[in-house]
Amino acid sequence: MTDTGKKMLEIRWHGRGGQGAVTASKVLAESAMSLGKQIQAFPEYGSERQGAPVKAFTRIADQRIRQHNQVTEPDVVIVLDPTLLDAVDVTEGLMENGTLIINTESSPAEIRQQMGLKGRTLYTVDATGISLRNLGKAIPNTPMIGALVGAMKLLDPKLVAEDFRVKFQGKFKDEIIEGNVQSILDASKEVRAE
Amino acid sequence: MKKYFEATYDKLPLAGVIEEAGNAQGYETGSWGTFRPVFHEEICIHCMFCWVYCPDTAIQVEDGKVVGIDYVHCKGCEICSVECPTKPEKAITMEKK
Amino acid sequence: MPEQLALTGNEAVAHAMRQINPDVVAAYPITPQTSMMQKFADFVADGLVDSELVLVESEHSAMSATVGSQASGARSMTATAACGLALMWEILGIASAYRLPIVMPVVNRALSGPINIQGDHSDSMGTRDCGWIHIFSENAQEAYENTIMAMRIAEHPDVLTPAMVCLDGFIISHGVESVTIYKDNLVKKFVGEYQPHYTLLDAKHPITLGAMDFSDFYFEHKVSQLDGYNNSHSVILDVGSEFKKTFGGGECYEFFEAHKMDDAEYAVVVLGSTAGSTRMVVDDLRAQGVKAGMLKIRVFRPFPYEEIARLLAPLKGCAVLDRSIAYGGDGGPVHIEVRSALYGQSPVPVMLNYIYGLGGKPIEPEHIHSAFKDIQEAVATGNVKRRVGYLNLTE
Repeated sequence: MTDTGKKMLEIRWHGRGGQGAVTASKVLAESAMSLGKQIQAFPEYGSERQGAPVKAFTRIADQRIRQHNQVTEPDVVIVLDPTLLDAVDVTEGLMENGTLIINTESSPAEIRQQMGLKGRTLYTVDATGISLRNLGKAIPNTPMIGALVGAMKLLDPKLVAEDFRVKFQGKFKDEIIEGNVQSILDASKEVRAE
Repeated sequence: MKKYFEATYDKLPLAGVIEEAGNAQGYETGSWGTFRPVFHEEICIHCMFCWVYCPDTAIQVEDGKVVGIDYVHCKGCEICSVECPTKPEKAITMEKK
Repeated sequence: MPEQLALTGNEAVAHAMRQINPDVVAAYPITPQTSMMQKFADFVADGLVDSELVLVESEHSAMSATVGSQASGARSMTATAACGLALMWEILGIASAYRLPIVMPVVNRALSGPINIQGDHSDSMGTRDCGWIHIFSENAQEAYENTIMAMRIAEHPDVLTPAMVCLDGFIISHGVESVTIYKDNLVKKFVGEYQPHYTLLDAKHPITLGAMDFSDFYFEHKVSQLDGYNNSHSVILDVGSEFKKTFGGGECYEFFEAHKMDDAEYAVVVLGSTAGSTRMVVDDLRAQGVKAGMLKIRVFRPFPYEEIARLLAPLKGCAVLDRSIAYGGDGGPVHIEVRSALYGQSPVPVMLNYIYGLGGKPIEPEHIHSAFKDIQEAVATGNVKRRVGYLNLTE
């Protein structure tokens, strides 16, 4: 199911404390589960602090996932905050044929040059802009889920958006839910390939 | 209480529980002390201090008045006499058995 | 139909508690247990349980409140981790001596110091001789199911012994997995009503619990407690097989899971979440033609000595993985038990012990591979370089 020939897709999320990287790792897992996949989602275990770099992980597979070791060689890396590119090595462990999806206004070509990135498939998406447009706030996590499923044809964005609506009904105000749903759909279309 | 002393470990009640209420009644400690309290009815003001303090409920009370001491259970600890507030003479004094 | 939910291990256990619907739950927060009681407090606030939630001021008080209410005849639970469990230590022995079948999830975390909030087994291993049953969970599903089964095991009239359900801190407690939650009414029926042996609130039959117990009876009471404890051996198996029959689950319901052990020559013995990665390594080695196996111990107390001896004695070699140290002992606590189990067997396998994962230090498949490699080498050369070693230690 993945380009690397593994039977399991391993995703690493980079964000800053408070941006929703951990939540995104879980929401994606829940959607994948609703759509019949086996899943795992977990944060990097530590003391979380607002603004500090954080990592979270999602595993998706057709077979039951039984291992509990860390994700050291992810297939996909998702970066919720472009300022992290200067702070942490987001490509650590990412194979030559892995995928990198970055929240930025810049184009993939500009980012590739800025990072000096070799190999890998690179996507960019203005998740912050999409979030501001739909929610009035910079919460880039749901657009990044949309960008991931849209770019990688992983799951049907419409089903993921609908699953989000069902899961969060009653937990958030309707306009918040609809804003997030729209963000998932928008990002799935606006994500830019090289 | 006798049944506990005759039982093997596996026949004892679970968890060290004592199944009979008020079992101290059967534990006769009256022979313990060298001295014993003696009650002087004519001095007693029936304040009930001795009754409250006695650890063996050995102060006998009828109709709200102290009437005597249960020598079957009294250990002779002396607390009744110490706590007795009457002056100059105490209503309970300790005397050699 | 059972429900498939994406849950953390802590949430899964909170669901078990919701279905058990204990009369009293004492709660005190400690990482990484906190989110379990938070979830349970949600259930209380939403009116989904009838439990009296008692917010106490320490873990010593949490266990004391649980002991008090259980002794009064109420089914009572609490949950903790690490230093919280250490603070309970005094009352753990009282709970077991008073034969109070309290079930307590323990989210395994390293003990301070140095201060650390991540997973290892030093907390529950520190309480291994307190007279509690210790059941370890590999994943969120097992943590959920073990909590339900522990209730039946602990409350069995022949057992009446408290039980800890152990799950690895963060790895299981905070990781989201797909968990099957069985139907509420089936779980409730399986768990049944708590029938206390004694209750302090029965005014018609007043009893004394907690009387001074000197040399005339103390020893006798402790051996009687041990007999009850030992009765749990067969009850654990009975409850496990009834659970499997009732719910048709696919997890481990015996003392241990023996993965590819039938014709194994080399095996790794492991507790908790590391079994997942170990199973994967065993399958890899099998694909390479190595006769590898895994013994995942589910029940650490009572330790299944005879069963484990039967299983391990025919091996050429085995490595025991310990996520805690028994200072001054022979490596780690699991190793000590496994060695003891094999006394009197002939022949015995070459045995190595590895301490690993203290304070959340990662354990990767490569480390488990290296343990297998060491055993094979030791068997081949007849030379054990180091009986007690370390995995992923900077050395």
